[in-house]
Amino acid sequence: MPMVNRRVNVNRIAVHAALIFYTLIATFPIALVLINSMKSRSAIFGDPVALPTPSTFDLIGYQQVLEKADFVLYFGNSIVVTTVSLLLVLIAGAMAAWALGEYRFKGNTLVALYMAIGIMVPIRLGTVSILKMIVGMGLINTLTALILVYTAMGLPLAILILGEFMAQIPRDLREAARCDGVSEYRIFTAVILPLIRPAVATVAVFTMVPIWNDLWFPLILASGDGKQTITLGAQQFIGQYVTNWNAVLAALSLAIAPILILYVVFSRHLVRGLTMGAVK
Amino acid sequence: MTSIAMAADASVGRRRWPTHIVVFLAPAFLVYTLFSIYPLIDTIRLSLYGADETGQQSFIGIGNFVTLLTDPNWSKPFWNAFRNNLIFFAIHMVVQTSIGLALAALLSLPRLKGAGVYRTLLFMPTMLSVVIIGFIWQLILSPLWGISKGFLAALGLGSLFAPWLGQEGTALITVSLISVWQFVGIPMILIYAALINIPDDLIDAATVDGAPPFYVFWVIRLPLVYPTLGVVSILTFVGNFNAFDLIYAMKGAQAGPNGATDILGTFFYRTFFGYQLQAGNPTMGAAVATMMLFIIMVGVLFYLFGVQRKLQHHLA
Repeated sequence: MPMVNRRVNVNRIAVHAALIFYTLIATFPIALVLINSMKSRSAIFGDPVALPTPSTFDLIGYQQVLEKADFVLYFGNSIVVTTVSLLLVLIAGAMAAWALGEYRFKGNTLVALYMAIGIMVPIRLGTVSILKMIVGMGLINTLTALILVYTAMGLPLAILILGEFMAQIPRDLREAARCDGVSEYRIFTAVILPLIRPAVATVAVFTMVPIWNDLWFPLILASGDGKQTITLGAQQFIGQYVTNWNAVLAALSLAIAPILILYVVFSRHLVRGLTMGAVK
Repeated sequence: MTSIAMAADASVGRRRWPTHIVVFLAPAFLVYTLFSIYPLIDTIRLSLYGADETGQQSFIGIGNFVTLLTDPNWSKPFWNAFRNNLIFFAIHMVVQTSIGLALAALLSLPRLKGAGVYRTLLFMPTMLSVVIIGFIWQLILSPLWGISKGFLAALGLGSLFAPWLGQEGTALITVSLISVWQFVGIPMILIYAALINIPDDLIDAATVDGAPPFYVFWVIRLPLVYPTLGVVSILTFVGNFNAFDLIYAMKGAQAGPNGATDILGTFFYRTFFGYQLQAGNPTMGAAVATMMLFIIMVGVLFYLFGVQRKLQHHLA
């Protein structure tokens, strides 16, 4: 018996060693950038892996970034684009998922399949035509252009996730409401919407992260006039100040900090949402 | 779903297309059709047009595709980007899937202490912007900073260091591995979700019978996650053949050195917007996008009708 126990312990140690090893690989580059963004130039090159000490601590990089580029504005743009798109995806997505799951009508399956095309086919491939259309509508270099495209991009998966979720809501609830003569709109807003709140986290992860991180559409549809999102803004800034290591490291840190903080705060939610989405 | 829908049919759906269904469907249907499906179809249409010097467009049938596949000025970079994209995908399939599978297998071990912390940290790179990741790795691999050189030297392997991103022979592999580093969280979390859903009694039964852990994994758990591996493969395929951000951030639109990291996404961007002296060409860009769409569709259909069906058969 002690023999077996010892072997189990050795195995456990090996498992943790492997996991810790890979966790270091996964987090070290991120930590390296955050640490060095707060050091003086000579310390960045002198001892890159050292934590900042009182003598090497220096926020000059952050100062330069905030002076030379409008990162606050870019943050604002990213927040507006991401939250408005998410809201539209949630509202329109929930309505469509409800209609497709609840009512039997001619063409139901066809519409459901049509709405699902976007899960597999990347909307990016329609860029030539999207740009033409956005220019025609006079929406070039506006956040509205990004919001419209991102809403279209996020809908297919949101409809799938919300549909799966709504299917689990007990039938009695809506039938009872219907017997009382409540309108279909009221059933949706008063009975169904409050019940899908747990699915919102899942939809939010799948919708917000790709939008926040996207470079392609901001680059093509809104690359100037102070309409840059934080991802594009950071990319442009770094391209311009590539030799200023303090500023580059600070810009990188500023671009990832909000996502990192949100992720650490909500990580339980997020990973659960992802696993739930995977299991369906 | 069918039984619910049928019941709904009996209670509410007597008339076809009652207004409330239209009202519920319209917003999503319209935005999605206008900004997703219509542009895709219009791109295919545009790929059949050519433009003269004045920008006047005229129908030329499959002319753009003939040029793309036969004119050496176009076909060479196109096939180069396609080949690079295949290598990019192959590296993801082999490295990313095996690391993801290994991590998921370890994480899903019963009564593993700290599983939540590992999960959070391991998934972290996946949440970050590809652009930022690209720059971070560019700094780390830079000979100027000397981080990677210092590490190799500490391990006594200092002579192995080379400017991997700058050399034609190693740039594509390096970029692919950086992408793997970032996205390994996706296969990990999907496989992990599948593994923890395997009923415990299956594994307990085998363990009681004295099967060693590796045997239990290979013979009992792995076959049960084959369908998830299928999903991972098709997601990787679509993501890889649509990739752009990482290469653009690290190597620019030219995807150097000498086109060594050029993939279809960067080739599409250059064709559409132009670079240096070559002017952008929207109709040719549409043709490249249509080719990418075709490649992705072939992959998706192969998965739906080949892989997935076989997997269902295998499980049944």
